[in-house]
Amino acid sequence: MENGIPLVADPYNLIITGVGGQGNVLASRIIADMLTRLGFTVTIGETFGASQRGGSVMSHLRVSARSCYSPQIPKGRAHMVVALEPTEAIRVLKDYGNPGVKVIANTRPIQSIGVICGEQSYPTEEEIRAWLCELSESVWFIDTTQAAIALGNPIFGNIMAVGALSATGALPLQKDQFEAVLREKMSSEKVAVNLTAFDMGREMLSRTQHPLH
Amino acid sequence: MSILSEGQSGNRVLLMGNDAIARGALEAGVNVISGYPGTPSSEIIQNLLQVAKERNLYVEWSANEKVALEVSAAASFAGLRAMCVMKQVGVNVASDFLLHLSLYGTRGALVLVSCEDPGALSSTNEGESRPYAQMMEFPLLEPGDFQEALEMTQWAFDLSEEIRNVVMIRSVTRMSHASGNVVLGALPTLTPRAVFNHEGPLLGQMEGPVATIPGIVDFMHRRQQDKLKKVTALFDASPFNTYSGPEAPDLLIITSSVCHLYSKEAIELLHASHRVGLLKLGTTWPLPPKTLEAALRRSDKVLIVEETLPLMEDNIKAFAVERIGTIGPKTFFGKKEGALPPINELNPDCVVTAIAGIFGLPYEGMPATYADRAAAIAAKGAPVRDLTFCPGCPHRASFWSIHAAIAMDNRRGFVCGDIGCYTLAAGATGFKTLKTVHAMGSGAGIASGFGKLAAFGFNQPVLAVCGDSTFFHAAIPALVNAVHNRSNLILVVLDNSGTAMTGFQPHPGLPTDAMGGNALALSIPDICKAIGAKVSICDPFDLPNTQKTLLALLEEKDGVNVLILRQPCALSPQKKNKKRFHMHVDNTKCIGDACGCNRLCTRVFKCPGLTWNSELKSSEIDEVLCAGCGVCASICPSGAIEVKEVE
Ligand code: SF4
Ligand code: SF4
Repeated sequence: MENGIPLVADPYNLIITGVGGQGNVLASRIIADMLTRLGFTVTIGETFGASQRGGSVMSHLRVSARSCYSPQIPKGRAHMVVALEPTEAIRVLKDYGNPGVKVIANTRPIQSIGVICGEQSYPTEEEIRAWLCELSESVWFIDTTQAAIALGNPIFGNIMAVGALSATGALPLQKDQFEAVLREKMSSEKVAVNLTAFDMGREMLSRTQHPLH
Repeated sequence: MSILSEGQSGNRVLLMGNDAIARGALEAGVNVISGYPGTPSSEIIQNLLQVAKERNLYVEWSANEKVALEVSAAASFAGLRAMCVMKQVGVNVASDFLLHLSLYGTRGALVLVSCEDPGALSSTNEGESRPYAQMMEFPLLEPGDFQEALEMTQWAFDLSEEIRNVVMIRSVTRMSHASGNVVLGALPTLTPRAVFNHEGPLLGQMEGPVATIPGIVDFMHRRQQDKLKKVTALFDASPFNTYSGPEAPDLLIITSSVCHLYSKEAIELLHASHRVGLLKLGTTWPLPPKTLEAALRRSDKVLIVEETLPLMEDNIKAFAVERIGTIGPKTFFGKKEGALPPINELNPDCVVTAIAGIFGLPYEGMPATYADRAAAIAAKGAPVRDLTFCPGCPHRASFWSIHAAIAMDNRRGFVCGDIGCYTLAAGATGFKTLKTVHAMGSGAGIASGFGKLAAFGFNQPVLAVCGDSTFFHAAIPALVNAVHNRSNLILVVLDNSGTAMTGFQPHPGLPTDAMGGNALALSIPDICKAIGAKVSICDPFDLPNTQKTLLALLEEKDGVNVLILRQPCALSPQKKNKKRFHMHVDNTKCIGDACGCNRLCTRVFKCPGLTWNSELKSSEIDEVLCAGCGVCASICPSGAIEVKEVE
């Protein structure tokens, strides 16, 4: 389907990652629905099941104006990584990163049981920042969990990430489509707070105007 | 409101593969759907349930897959359109009946959907059921993208009625759980009437009794094979088999299912579309001979891309030998000579590697220096996330007690397990308590065998666990066996009131059925008693009482004892987001490493709701994660974890 809106790359490869329970699946579906409305062909690859029990989760989004792509992004071919948990961004870059990749990372850690029980260590915030800067073209660090708790529930972090992604301009994601998708998926009381979360995400990203490198 | 019923014909929407299959069934006018939950298949029925009333469907979560297939078969015998859904291992369970069913055939359409898991992303095996189609002689379809998942399902119903036999659709995780764009077709208006015609002749396909008995098997088997001949012709005309690429490519790829998308992408990544032809087969058993012959004539080199077994590969090679006179000799690449990995799921990179290897083309997915650096950073910077029971999961508490009781008993006792969330207890999260894990119900069956080995000097206590859904699925016959044969074992039923692993589907122990109607709840304790086992019941959150009961059962040397540990799943609707207790760690009492408890709570018990604050040298409660079950309070030897009832 032709809509005349150009993509920076075709297919554009986006990865949303986090830990089971952070709302990764919903975020990827909302983005995909927004792009479908614009006439793009979108494929989402994700796995769920056992991985929801404390494991890493990852959604691959392929956006194209031309055809349906594989639900798995080839190695080293991500254009953008949105991480709802910071060390998950590192894990994804190991397989899908490249010197031109961009990253949006939530700063709030979720420790794994290996870390809680002292068998592994969790990197410091400084280390994470340095490593993500080294492995990408640009990184935006935003504390969505904190902002989401302030808004009433840490789960809104995923919608803030969608807002932040839209503010990068990497994909044609506009608020009116976001609202339309929400109205399809949610009851009307929930729409307002999610719209606020979207705006907060946009705002957080634009405050980090010059992405760190 | 569901996209499955709201979506108008011609709408272009985003659907998960499983939704597309469900919509395809609705467009085909399905009436009856049955199955047993299992990842990655569960959403098909889950989604159809949401439209069951408005579309006048009967939808059932059956006790197991064999029964599910029998339920769907009944609908077919009564002239209705039925669909039966399961994961790969479920087809094994259904296979006994399936062999008989495919021999006699069907009346109304019967589509069997098997969602498989190459790479075992959420399974304990990567078995597959395509060989059943060949072994039991019924047609097999494999959708190659999301649109096909819908259209092929729709067509499978017509095909089944055309040949009056089972038609199987095989999906895989990366199709079932992936999403893509689909253009919807129209939903029919139907008023079906179910009638079972059984007065006709024994050999009649549509009127007589549906029976396969000695004396008529040869007739039936021949009739079945005639149907397959008809299928072969239909498959040759099928639009689901497509060729794209040059007239005479240097390499021909033959593929099916989601591997089609991997192959397409690999060709693109290598800029090899002028050299590589792609035959995508949607109909993979029986193979369409004309289509295949025409494609094989195009090239001397053939790469076959499929998951998991080299089934097409073997069949295409055999076909090529038969036709060598007209198509000439070929060189085959695939799993057998090592171009593709023989295990695990495939991806675009696997296919790139295969093509690049055949042509000697260079390809670098990731610059080598970047790859090395990223791997080094990830080793330090991305701690492994082991799977763990949810905060507040009753299984963590159950296995804590089971583990402790076996240790106290000190006779090298062990637990035989099976399939459910509690399979995680083979790992650290359940204190490595499970020592055998196989199929549904196999824990009880294997324990029944161990429990008979006393004559050979075996004197270790034998325990088995199963979940409540698994109890009904496959543990009952094993329990019958153990009691009848006077085996010695303890079966612990981890009853969390639902099929938690797959999204909380109801089972025969619950008072509601899949469609929300009133159902008869069967009592697990009563069944066990009726079978002849001794039964006790505990709340696993009551650690002292559970451990005392287990120790007493371990003392009893003879007979079959069932202990039911009953506490709803932490994610169950009645519990989710509701805390029973408000938890707090008194960091003056928590002395962590120093207390000699070896930081029992965070190092051993490992509930994710507890974290370790290395500055304070104290455990803490993570308010975001803690489910407020209160169990950790009873494990802390210093009494540092405090509970306060939430009003
Ligand atoms: S889903 Fe329920 S049974 Fe499964 S790990 Fe979580 S709490 Fe336990
Ligand atoms: S009360 Fe304790 S055991 Fe229960 S969820 Fe909270 S931290 Fe975990």
